[in-house]
Amino acid sequence: MATETVDTHLDPARWLDEHGDLLYRYALARVRDAEVAEDLVQETFVAALRGQRNFAGRSSERTWLVGILKNKIVDHLRRKWREQPLSELEPAEQAEDFLDLLFTRGGRWKEGAGRWGDDPAAGVRAADFQRVLAACLEGLPGRLADVFILREIEQLPSDEVRQVLNISPTNLWAMLYRARMRLRGCLEANWLGHAEGKR
Amino acid sequence: MLTCRDVTRLVSESLDRELPPLLRFRLRLHLVLCLFCRRFERQMLALRALAREVAAGEADGPGLPEAAKERIRGRLRGEQAQP
Repeated sequence: MATETVDTHLDPARWLDEHGDLLYRYALARVRDAEVAEDLVQETFVAALRGQRNFAGRSSERTWLVGILKNKIVDHLRRKWREQPLSELEPAEQAEDFLDLLFTRGGRWKEGAGRWGDDPAAGVRAADFQRVLAACLEGLPGRLADVFILREIEQLPSDEVRQVLNISPTNLWAMLYRARMRLRGCLEANWLGHAEGKR
Repeated sequence: MLTCRDVTRLVSESLDRELPPLLRFRLRLHLVLCLFCRRFERQMLALRALAREVAAGEADGPGLPEAAKERIRGRLRGEQAQP
């Protein structure tokens, strides 16, 4: 940036003011650790600065920055899972005991399933939903949350999630199942089931 | 016949891969006959839709802390100073 022509589109200080908060919230919602989120935002801006020639205005500045951040988040999770593979985790995190509470020994529903899936947004503000789901995500064991977030929030294809986290397809499906069952239970208990009644 | 517990697992799995035809058929058969499992399937679809809304929305919440902004500003100035 030693030239006289100052292109306002490539002004890092302005990037920080205009996009810093959004990028931080984006990262925090996905890594759930303020310190890590700050680092990822910083890495994003540094990478953007170094690669700004690649920004040809094909997309908006914000989309470009979020794209860089997405890669940083995936890299972070990849590193995290390589450093501590699943096998080193406590068995408690892999237990399916909570499923035994839902089903009889014969595998039938004990209490049934509420109707909230029919029309989840009825009478409820979207922002409330997001808060409830975010709170429920926080209650998930960390690894289950990572898997769910990559698959359903970042919406990576299953195979890609599997490769990033270095786990088998069976393991991926089992973890997504557990994550969804827990989230479903949390939503039903804290919000939706309540609001609508079970049957 | 598949149990309801099996069905919940398979409904989840069907969101992540295409099930083999026979299994898909047995799953559909159970769903036709079981109200709770049908509701469960709708819940799973709703959960997916909700997650996408969360992803699309700029969730409210605290912004980047001022101290972090200051640190990042310094870092970027350092980067720019290097040719």
